[in-house]
Amino acid sequence: MATVELSFTALPAHVRTARLVATAVARRSGVDESLLDEVRLAVGEACSRAVAGHQQYCPAEPVRLALTDLAGRFEVEVTDTCAPGAKWPGGAGSDSGPAAAAGLPAGLGIAVIEGLADEVQISETSGGTSIRMSWPSTGASR
Amino acid sequence: MDLKLDHHSKDGIEIVDVEGEIDVYTAPRLRELLIELVNNRFYQLVVNMEKVEFLDSTGLGVLVGGLKRVRAHDGSLDLVCTQERILKIFRITGLTKVFGIHDTVDEAIAARRAEK
Repeated sequence: MATVELSFTALPAHVRTARLVATAVARRSGVDESLLDEVRLAVGEACSRAVAGHQQYCPAEPVRLALTDLAGRFEVEVTDTCAPGAKWPGGAGSDSGPAAAAGLPAGLGIAVIEGLADEVQISETSGGTSIRMSWPSTGASR
Repeated sequence: MDLKLDHHSKDGIEIVDVEGEIDVYTAPRLRELLIELVNNRFYQLVVNMEKVEFLDSTGLGVLVGGLKRVRAHDGSLDLVCTQERILKIFRITGLTKVFGIHDTVDEAIAARRAEK
């Protein structure tokens, strides 16, 4: 069971809330202070991507965020319920939106996540996509 | 913290002061400001990011979009940033090679003047 679970309406304004919660739980879980900015940015990228997809395909469905304090690892999972293989709409790491419109490559958000998280696993689920990221922790909150 | 935007002219260059968080929620406001400045024929821009607390890929997209717009008019868009947490995302994405990134507004202006 996750240490903290959060589901939120797919609105850009709530991505900040998700970042704040993830950073607070990471700190509580004993993630080193020097890594908290990376957690904050990676979680923000994953949530931005999910929100953009939900707004296009399933705006009534919430985006889910699970934060788990494992033995020596702090794990974050962001799950969307957009159909697997759906072409991503505007937003970070998408095929349209500010980043793509400016000529930045599609998938930039994913590239940023991969550059930040200690471990990243992206998988298709029955309902959408799961982005699982983790960082070392001391497991202080367990 | 939300996003605060302001701008003023200095030595013929428009300085855009950004404070707060640039993310998927707030980035559209920065994009609108940059478009408005270009539409008002301000083609030499310096974006001062010293008070930016957070920047994600959406924000990067807005900055690159601004750069493209000013370059279409032979203009420039330089950045002022010394914060490691913000510089990191520029490095990860390789955008340190795209933007002129300076320590102070005066340095950014001086560098722009030297190129003229």
